[in-house]
Amino acid sequence: MEGFGPTFGFYAMSALTLVSAGGVMLSRNLLHAVLFLIVTFIGVAGFYILLSAEFIALAQIIIYVGAISVLVLFAVLLTPRAGRDNGETKMALPGIFLAVCLAAVLAFVINDTNWATVATSPELTASSLGEALLDAWALPFEMASVLLTAALVGAIMLVRTPEEEAEDALR
Amino acid sequence: MSIGIEHFLIVGAILFCIGLAVALSKRNAIGVLMGVELMLNAVNITLITFSHFAVSDRPIAGHAFVAFSITVAAAEAAVALALAMSVYKNRETVDVDRINLLKS
Amino acid sequence: MSSLVTSNWYDIRDLSNISRDILEGLANVLPHGVVYVLAPVLGFIATFILVVLPSQLIVGVYGERKIIGRVQSRFGPNRVGPFGLVQPIADSIKLMQKEALTPKYADRAIMWLAPIIFVAPCVMLFAVIPFGPRMILANIPVALLYFVAVSSMPVLAAFMAGWSANNKYSLFGAIRIISMAVSYEVPLVLGLLGIVLFTQTLSLQDMVEWQRHYHIWLIAAEPVAFVLYFIGVGVELNRTPTDIAEAESEIVAGYLTEYSGMKWGLFYGMDIGYALAAAAFGSTVFLGGWSMFGLDHWVPPWMIIIGKTHLFYFLFIWTRGTLPRLRIDQLMSFAWKFMLPVALFNLLVIATERMIWVQNDLADGIVYVFAAVNIVLALAALVFWSRFLGYRPENTPKKPRMVREAGGYVPLPTGKETR
Repeated sequence: MEGFGPTFGFYAMSALTLVSAGGVMLSRNLLHAVLFLIVTFIGVAGFYILLSAEFIALAQIIIYVGAISVLVLFAVLLTPRAGRDNGETKMALPGIFLAVCLAAVLAFVINDTNWATVATSPELTASSLGEALLDAWALPFEMASVLLTAALVGAIMLVRTPEEEAEDALR
Repeated sequence: MSIGIEHFLIVGAILFCIGLAVALSKRNAIGVLMGVELMLNAVNITLITFSHFAVSDRPIAGHAFVAFSITVAAAEAAVALALAMSVYKNRETVDVDRINLLKS
Repeated sequence: MSSLVTSNWYDIRDLSNISRDILEGLANVLPHGVVYVLAPVLGFIATFILVVLPSQLIVGVYGERKIIGRVQSRFGPNRVGPFGLVQPIADSIKLMQKEALTPKYADRAIMWLAPIIFVAPCVMLFAVIPFGPRMILANIPVALLYFVAVSSMPVLAAFMAGWSANNKYSLFGAIRIISMAVSYEVPLVLGLLGIVLFTQTLSLQDMVEWQRHYHIWLIAAEPVAFVLYFIGVGVELNRTPTDIAEAESEIVAGYLTEYSGMKWGLFYGMDIGYALAAAAFGSTVFLGGWSMFGLDHWVPPWMIIIGKTHLFYFLFIWTRGTLPRLRIDQLMSFAWKFMLPVALFNLLVIATERMIWVQNDLADGIVYVFAAVNIVLALAALVFWSRFLGYRPENTPKKPRMVREAGGYVPLPTGKETR
């Protein structure tokens, strides 16, 4: 991608995303970490817009920022006696070391590979995504709806109190 | 200077590794879930990058895959948080260091 | 897309001529990167000064308070200027000179950040509204989805405001607003999906073109979608009858309790601004946007859409003055038990009509038949589904019962009634 606009956009978005991801890792307050996570999601949506995937970018904002972040915030709200200090566990250092090694390996592989890229990017619109989802990938589409129903029912069942279960039990 | 495929892939890799570090090192179960969501987002960036840049006879596959990945991430976040709520009701903590009843 | 207006810079029917001439003049003087950044800034300033600020001050602050006052059998503000016309300016000056207090144990960073995150999406919404055939700041092909995405962000800002204040009542307001907004987004998006099935596009300019081409407004073609949009967006905007997150008689001021001065002023101003953006979006999608069955060739189209926005906003004001506030459980059961099944049924009907339209390759006039069918089905759904859920209008007492008529005392509810 050439030009001032995409270059500036790419560096701005990567700074935003990576700094907020660092904020999730390093902040000392769980709620601040959740807010940094929301900013990371918005940064990732910015990447999708750079890559001409506007529908996926807006779907990302609706689902991740609008729904999943709200889920995480509710979970934080409903666990008042849990530690809100976003501390590290005992095995934190080996985990971070592993992540750094993996980052080094991936960066080396990405730099070293001879990527076969197209000259002009394909024109992918929302309607082509819709056709693909209902034509070539209709089966995963239907299975995703079954999965969502199962997750919905499962999540409700997991958090029911025994009184609520008794109310709805078959007599 | 122009932005190529390697730039996006490196950003995806770094975001994945930050998510891995968060998932492996946080003490609160909700913190671990945040790391998992970061990893899923990094994978989605990589998929859209390949859909945009790579030689393929059906480039919409990347977008479709990401649509399903976002769906599954939402379902998994809901179930994981319901599990965390359930554990909190019984143990009054969501600290992964202290949920160790199965430890020998 | 046919362009109805001329390209002369003095033709006020199309203000994009003026902006094009200004930007071309600047491009000769300044380097390319600066003009690239300056163009959206100029567009934003133009939209703000021409549309948002006058509408906010005149219609939003002054008009709303006067009309609600008249609805409630009292004068609105009438002290400050002649007929109270200087009231908005007096309000702004008062808010600017007031001290913005922050409680000692509140989270200062988030409390400072919440008004900013509340203002930004409300302003961003005006970028995709088409004010004329070529007067649109950002003609993105997924503008409808952009509206839904951007309207989920002020909710998070309100939650942040409620949480950071370290106050029980603020937390109540914060929890209420996110549960309300998340519940009502689902029927809202399903209603808009029905619209997309007919217009086959997500872009707002193409929707206005569709309504011009078929000579029918989408409010007539899909009245259920309009009702779902109106109620859903009223909840997202936190307006009565659903303003329980900020209920003045219940929880002090909900998530705004600890805010004062211009921070509160930003929330209040953007309450109105967000309502105007939602009204502008609703006028574009449902009321025909800048087109008016041919009148837009003589009257400037931006005046037409601003007029329709104010009309839609008047519907908001009317609802606010008339209806009492709902409880949170009434609100939630209304969303999940009434609006969601109606939205799904509407989607089924619209998809069937679209399938009949496409497979038989019918003429354009079939839209009027579908509109008539949809109106009948909307009334039928309203009547029969509410009866199914247990609402019997004939059981509502015609006048309030006096205690002595009820036998001297009113029995307390035992929890076993069905209503």
